[in-house]
Amino acid sequence: MASGTVHLMSSRRTERLLNLVICLLATRRWLTKEQIRAAVPQYSGCESLEAFDRMFERDKEDLRELGVPLVTGSDSAWFEDEIGYRIDADAYSLPEVDFSAEELAVLGLASRLWQQASLAGPAARALVKLRALGVEPDEDSMIGVEPRVRTAEPAFDPLYAATRDRAPVTFRYRKPSGEVTERHLEPWAVTGSGDRWYVVGHDRDRGASRAFRLSRVQGGVRRIGPPGSYTVPEDLDASTMIGMPEPGDDRPALVRVRPGRGGLLRRRGTVVRTADPAADAAGWDLIEVRVGNIWSLADEISGYGSDVVVVEPDDVRRAVVGRLTGALDAHRGTQPDGAEPVEPVPSRGRGESS
Amino acid sequence: MSAAATSRLSRLLTMVPWLLQRPGVPVPEAARHFGITERQLIKDLELLFVCGRPGHLPDDLIEAEWESGGIYLGNADTIARPLRLGTDEAVALLAGLRMLAEVPGLHDRGPVDAALTKLSAAAGEAAAAAASISAHLGTGAEEQILSTCREALAGGRRLRIRYLVLSRDETTERDVDPMRLTSVGHRWYLEGWCHLAEDVRLFRVDRIVEVGILDEDGIPPADAVPRGTDDLFRPSPEDVVVTLDLSPDARWITEYYSVEPVEEQPDGTLRVLMRAANPDWIPRFVLRAGGTVRVVEPEDVRRRVVDAAHAALAAYRPDA
Repeated sequence: MASGTVHLMSSRRTERLLNLVICLLATRRWLTKEQIRAAVPQYSGCESLEAFDRMFERDKEDLRELGVPLVTGSDSAWFEDEIGYRIDADAYSLPEVDFSAEELAVLGLASRLWQQASLAGPAARALVKLRALGVEPDEDSMIGVEPRVRTAEPAFDPLYAATRDRAPVTFRYRKPSGEVTERHLEPWAVTGSGDRWYVVGHDRDRGASRAFRLSRVQGGVRRIGPPGSYTVPEDLDASTMIGMPEPGDDRPALVRVRPGRGGLLRRRGTVVRTADPAADAAGWDLIEVRVGNIWSLADEISGYGSDVVVVEPDDVRRAVVGRLTGALDAHRGTQPDGAEPVEPVPSRGRGESS
Repeated sequence: MSAAATSRLSRLLTMVPWLLQRPGVPVPEAARHFGITERQLIKDLELLFVCGRPGHLPDDLIEAEWESGGIYLGNADTIARPLRLGTDEAVALLAGLRMLAEVPGLHDRGPVDAALTKLSAAAGEAAAAAASISAHLGTGAEEQILSTCREALAGGRRLRIRYLVLSRDETTERDVDPMRLTSVGHRWYLEGWCHLAEDVRLFRVDRIVEVGILDEDGIPPADAVPRGTDDLFRPSPEDVVVTLDLSPDARWITEYYSVEPVEEQPDGTLRVLMRAANPDWIPRFVLRAGGTVRVVEPEDVRRRVVDAAHAALAAYRPDA
């Protein structure tokens, strides 16, 4: 079909749908199919009742998809089989809501957040609807502010839609070990942390709540139940389920840092003593930081190499020595020299299902 | 075909109230607002013009006039209000607002909270699905850093920043004419004209140690173009390619860093290629991994890891 023809057909269809919307909004009474056929000129081209029926069914589907509240009923208690249609005018329109210019500006920010992500289309349409109310946004205070989320994972769309519809799904999931298994999930929420998206929900195979990383979903996501199949716990805290809060180790750690180095440690720590060349020939600053997560802290300190040395506590000290020794051994291919006991390096992947 | 028709219908149902609110709005402005060409906008108006209430006598049809250059609509009372928000539309805005609300310093709190309250009420049932999506946009930076950057952007002022260059573990001071404050998920960047580099630069906001507004005009040079965050992930021919062996415990790296797998060995070790514009940070990265990552080549990088580990361990020897 030539593109011009497609365009023309699409135009006719839009015209028919628009007339149908106006007709069903303008009526105070229920309109029967026959009345609708007579009222919308574009239906007159239908050669048969069957052709009209098919067209009307498709049109109803289209309107519902757009969110037009098409309702059915009857004016007569005696002729129940004569179904009438109309659009609920109160439910049709956006309620009266007066956003200020500043509020519209942050709504714009919220909409553009999705610009490179799955919900880009709905986010843009929603903003245009709100701006149709008449107020112009005051964007001056938001000049140059452009937060963005990304949803590169193919599983995002189907898992979000299933979450929204409360529909159980199945998918193949790759564990960190590489093993792939088929999982059955009642999704509760799609939640992002850092660069990664997760879906949390009730894992039917385990009979418990679990979190799955979207990038590890292999292939398609298939629904295994109708919408509204389950309810989401009211006290759901998706971010806790994916292990957002760092395990809190409130002990202080004392580290020696060369002047001008250890930038990130300095940022969150406090300087106990600055280097005094007279007292300390090596020229170290003494800095105190909260341990937080011992493994993360040991990673970070190891990365600074000879610029940062742990004074205490001893377990952090040993963890750092373990890493440095491990790295050295891996690169010169010899046995540990036995200077200090080697602390095992824990695997990552906090809070994920395995 | 159906999708084209419904998306156009959706546009028309929004266009009518928007135009009714702005009688006489010029054709180009309306086209820009709806992200379509002027020609397409005229086609939309022509379509509106032949639609109307049943009967379709002249009195029933929508009036549309644009010959003067300004658009005037009339007789469209039935569809004078925009259609309510669909579920996905409500979710996108509500989830977006909630994410923004968690980033103090980015905006004034009042309008975000007020918009959330009003929108939740206006979205009705659709608002219930808003909890389907959540995400953390936390910057890892202090509120004051973000709000100062924003203030400079709004006022067109120059910034002086102290910036931590992590690959060299050095703090540098730079004057920057801010162009934008952008993020990819939780990672925030200040993009601007850097007077030290005399070029456009991206600065990670969580590595800005200190920021102040200078009493100087901060409009970047006219030919400075934002490069955006896409560039961060684009390989360059000048990159150094480092071959790494990842033990099974280090597999997570393939999901955090952009690496190219080469082959898997029988013991589960995965060999990958990692590209780095500047390999200075590789030894630090490898030390952190504590032996679960091994540099295969280039040899000088491997040598640097060995030297760095030796130097670091020296401080822990009993006689140190």
